[in-house]
Amino acid sequence: MNKEERCIITFFTVHQALRAEKVLIAEGFKISMIPVPREISSDCGVALKFECEEETRVAKILESNMVKIESIHHLERKGK
Amino acid sequence: MIYFDNAATSWPKPPEVISAMTDFMERAGANPGRSGHRLSLEAGRIVFNAREKVAELFGIRDSSRVIFTVNGTYGINLGIKGLLRERDHVVVTSMEHNSVMRPLRHLEAAKRIKLTVVRCDRDGRIDLDELKKVFKKKVTLVVAVHASNVTGGIMPLKEIGELAREKGAVFLVDACQSAGSLPIDVEEMGIDLLAFTGHKGMLGPQGVGGLYIREGIALEPLVQGGTGSNSEQEVQPDFLPDRYESGTLNTVAIAGLGAGVEYILKTGVKEIRDKEKNFTGRLLQGMKEIKDLEMYGPENPEERIAICSFNIKGKDPAQVGHLLDREFDIMCRVGLQCAPAAHKTIGTYPRGTVRFSLGYFNTEDEVQKALNAVSKVREMA
Repeated sequence: MNKEERCIITFFTVHQALRAEKVLIAEGFKISMIPVPREISSDCGVALKFECEEETRVAKILESNMVKIESIHHLERKGK
Repeated sequence: MIYFDNAATSWPKPPEVISAMTDFMERAGANPGRSGHRLSLEAGRIVFNAREKVAELFGIRDSSRVIFTVNGTYGINLGIKGLLRERDHVVVTSMEHNSVMRPLRHLEAAKRIKLTVVRCDRDGRIDLDELKKVFKKKVTLVVAVHASNVTGGIMPLKEIGELAREKGAVFLVDACQSAGSLPIDVEEMGIDLLAFTGHKGMLGPQGVGGLYIREGIALEPLVQGGTGSNSEQEVQPDFLPDRYESGTLNTVAIAGLGAGVEYILKTGVKEIRDKEKNFTGRLLQGMKEIKDLEMYGPENPEERIAICSFNIKGKDPAQVGHLLDREFDIMCRVGLQCAPAAHKTIGTYPRGTVRFSLGYFNTEDEVQKALNAVSKVREMA
């Protein structure tokens, strides 16, 4: 059983989620937009998944572009 | 057919606008920002991109401060009624449209606000010294139209904005007639609230408009409801744009508006302005040469957008409009154009005027044909 970590950002509003998507794609990050996983209680229905090792850079870029996020979540997922 | 009614609704639209709308209906017709699935996201991106484009057009740094509404009137109402509290003092120019005058007169009649109307001259020009005098009393809100829908006359927004800021008043601009046809920069012009409509110079469809709200200005939402965010809460969210966008947006119209603004940005507002100014100049010059024509508004095309109001001496504007339509295939608008205050200012109340309003897709040839038609209508019984 592999343990795999998933890193996810949640937002208060889809507007900020889409701003984050635009900014991060422009910077060449590998990200995807996903429905908010059930274990997180957040409510703008969409979240942003990124590579965990990029966390510091991702956070910095979002901050410098004044993208407002709700929080960054580390979710553990049992491997297949 | 000659379409000279662009100030009512611009037509035709760039093909990109129509394909953006059909594209949305065919490919991504979901609810933006309600669900996490791909189609909802795609719809969300369409709205997001339109918001970013609108922000770019108006020099707005943070696009979340652009609120989409059902039309320009709703945007103006949100600015006025969302801001004003009991006994506030509001100043407007005498060239305003009823979308501004009616909500203000409504609040005034209910004795909730005090309203001062600054009289403009017969060409619709504001006297800034007259405006300054009004500030002897505390003013909460100054409202000014950017370009008159009756005369096309352009207001000195920068000067009014500076004055409002100096005196601590909020500055609301009605840009319904000018957006897309004149450069607008909310920073440079000191605009706190900017209301716009999608279906005129912004080249989008009907059914969408909006309001820019400067950071730090707290408006009470006019409507509360679902936003797809904060759903565990039964109270309205406090973040933008959600706070002011309850209920499902008109995404198909927003798709069209986004494409319209993209077209404007690609073409350049300056290029659009130059072309429309050329039409205005030709029209004014040609009309001056027709006998018995009464013209209104500033003579210099620099001072106006491509709107030209006129009357033929002794003729009913409605009859002139009807003849232009029936005999010459020219579509224009006659009467008071929803702006009695402006007509009182220029001395055409209650008769009204015949109004030609041109757009980027008109041609010099059409201008010439219209001038010939007006000449002939003058000679008709």
